[in-house]
Amino acid sequence: MSTAHPPTGTGALAKREARLAWGLLAPTVISVALVVVLPLLAVIWISFKPFTLSDMRPPAPIVRESLRGSGDDLRIEYRIRNSSQEEAISGVTLADRIPDTVTLREAVPAPCTLTGRELFCDFGDMEGGARERLRLPVDISDDPDAVEAAVEDSEPDVTGGGKSVLTSGGLSLKNYAQLFDGGEFWTVLWVTLFYTVFGTIGALLMGLFAALLLNKSFLGQGFIRGLYLFPYVAPVIAVAFTWVTLFDPFSGSANALLLQMGVTNEAINFFGERPLALIMVTVFEIWRYFPLSFLFILARMQSIDSSMYEAADMDGASPFQKFWLLSLPQLLGILSVLFLLRFIWTFNKFDDIFLLTGGNAGTRTLTVNVYEQAFAISNIGAGAAVAVVILVCLLCFSVFFFKFISREEGL
Amino acid sequence: MRNGFVIGPILGALWMMVMATTIAVAMSFATGSAFRPQILWCLVWGAAAGVAYVRMPKLGPQIGVAALVAVICLSPVGVMRIGEGVSGSAEAVALLLLASGVHFGLTKILKELPFGALTRHEYEEAIIRFLTGFGYIFFTAIVVIPFYVMVMTSLKSQQALLQNPLDFSIEISKGFGLFRSYVELFRDFNFGTYMWTSFFVSVLTVFITLAFSVPGAYAVARFRFKGQKAFSRSILLIYMVPMIVLALPIYIAFSMTGLRNSILGIVLIYPVTTIPVALYMLQGYFRGLPTEVEEAGLMDGLSRLAVIWKITLPLSLPALASVSLYVFMIAWNEFLLAFMLLDDPSKFTLTRGVAMLNSSEIPRQHLMAGAVIATVPIMVLFLGLERFMTKGLTAGSVKG
Repeated sequence: MSTAHPPTGTGALAKREARLAWGLLAPTVISVALVVVLPLLAVIWISFKPFTLSDMRPPAPIVRESLRGSGDDLRIEYRIRNSSQEEAISGVTLADRIPDTVTLREAVPAPCTLTGRELFCDFGDMEGGARERLRLPVDISDDPDAVEAAVEDSEPDVTGGGKSVLTSGGLSLKNYAQLFDGGEFWTVLWVTLFYTVFGTIGALLMGLFAALLLNKSFLGQGFIRGLYLFPYVAPVIAVAFTWVTLFDPFSGSANALLLQMGVTNEAINFFGERPLALIMVTVFEIWRYFPLSFLFILARMQSIDSSMYEAADMDGASPFQKFWLLSLPQLLGILSVLFLLRFIWTFNKFDDIFLLTGGNAGTRTLTVNVYEQAFAISNIGAGAAVAVVILVCLLCFSVFFFKFISREEGL
Repeated sequence: MRNGFVIGPILGALWMMVMATTIAVAMSFATGSAFRPQILWCLVWGAAAGVAYVRMPKLGPQIGVAALVAVICLSPVGVMRIGEGVSGSAEAVALLLLASGVHFGLTKILKELPFGALTRHEYEEAIIRFLTGFGYIFFTAIVVIPFYVMVMTSLKSQQALLQNPLDFSIEISKGFGLFRSYVELFRDFNFGTYMWTSFFVSVLTVFITLAFSVPGAYAVARFRFKGQKAFSRSILLIYMVPMIVLALPIYIAFSMTGLRNSILGIVLIYPVTTIPVALYMLQGYFRGLPTEVEEAGLMDGLSRLAVIWKITLPLSLPALASVSLYVFMIAWNEFLLAFMLLDDPSKFTLTRGVAMLNSSEIPRQHLMAGAVIATVPIMVLFLGLERFMTKGLTAGSVKG
């Protein structure tokens, strides 16, 4: 007789379940991999390449054909150049048909041959930034304008090309060297830290204050709660431009108000002066995101067992004591989770500062710097290097986050 | 410190400052005329009023004190200075508001406060009542003022704004002409099309997001499989990658494939930014659903997919509603990708259209009108479905 054993390993049912699970997850995994993981790898790759905005297309020969000069000097000119300044292109040829109204005065020059009316030139390889000019002196038997139109209408066929910067050449640390070299990077890092730390703490404290206000039921509580969420719900573009309008040094209401109340004697350029602009974008961040902290803290407050407060009342605890000794310890969990999450998101914030100051007046954070490097200076490689620095920072934060949040949330 | 004759004047002085500043700011924004709080006199008269309110707990004398504080404003030593040329009615309204604000505030804050020694409870509760009053005014002001400025600026003309940036009074006589900026935006700047594009893109994003995240969230919540924990963590991790970092390679890839400047490209990219959020919110909700109902369905011979379709989804309609709303809001408000990927004015979304208005050649009121047009639909949606929205927002990050 065989003895019964408990089943070991994965049973058929569990296997089927796992298969179904991965089947259900597959679309998400694939799409996220395509749009998140792949780009992230691309960013890391590009950060080691001297890639600029103009390298977006692979290098190719560019030809312009025109009829120039007049009388004896009349000629057809082909000007051909390499679109890339650095990369060589190979196998460059040009084929074109000479219009019937034109007769060539001389034999075609070196790399070209003429069969009937078909012109064919083989330039071979062209170095980066190389230019060639081909002159064909001609006589014409028609009105010059018509000939010019005929010459310029027949598009020459061009072949040849080179490798894109992205796939050719080795990896270089030039972008990183450039990044850490200038003192600018450390300023940017400092600005980012200031913005992140004060923006996060400020939003948290304001949220706590607002939640304490609304943690009782009264007529219109729902309305006020909805109202206080407005800054978060409205499109960032709308509120950012409103702030810019409100604090405009010439036609802004805030300045008019301050002048009228005698707080200042001259208009203040809130988003244009050095330390002030950074403070203003931080204040904006606090203003825009306190609703989120407020909502979370309020939700947690309302789930605190009221019997605890009743017991405290029986023991004669004063309102401040109840806050310090009961509410705050209960809220500590949500506060720290919120702090970590908001810290990471504030660190990532781009839109707000970009819309308010465009990163000027000492408000350039790391994320704005990505945009500045990649599009304003059109050095995509340098932008990618900044992006990689951001990713490394985030990786550190998230290690910390998961260590912490697994305890807090049981994730 | 814990005496009625100490805390009364202190809170009185502070409340007087709050009221004088509030009413001066409110009246300035409403009329554009000169109202100015005088902090020093606020302290003096506020302290006096505080003592009076604690000392005389009767309605008659209290109202008399509040009225007196208001009337003193007509002299140069009042808590609020009213400039030359302010119309009599505005002046009367301001003083009435001041008197009633001072009275109601002080009666509430200093309620039943004895003149002599206070218990710890009485003392702390008085401070809390002051902070509550201050908090409501403060938060309401910081939220309302920017939106007020946004709406009112969109109704003014450039000259009027430059002349007196504070004067937001509306000339009702202009009638429909007030909405000139809006008419021009819809007529000359294609805002109708932008609105439609934004709506279309957002709705499509909601549907695609749900189609991807519902099965995924269900799998994470219900099935045990290898890598489940790693999966739910990587969802959160992806949630943390900044958009600008992704936008860079996406811009390059879209430029190379010709997807830049097309609605298709936007519709392809938006859902991917929202799927992790939606997945995270939904799996939390699915975990909370009782498994027994589903097991009963399985016992009765339904397949897993049929269980999801016939049992789980109907049960989670409220969660689906809040997730949809949240995703719609993200897509509607999205700015960065639209800004980077769309150059052709015929294909703009609303946020991209508003960004276009931010130029020195286009008057400010057009920009503000554009901001209002972008804000109003999302606000209407939000206020109408506030319950779902707040639930969705709280579920969006961490469980409360």
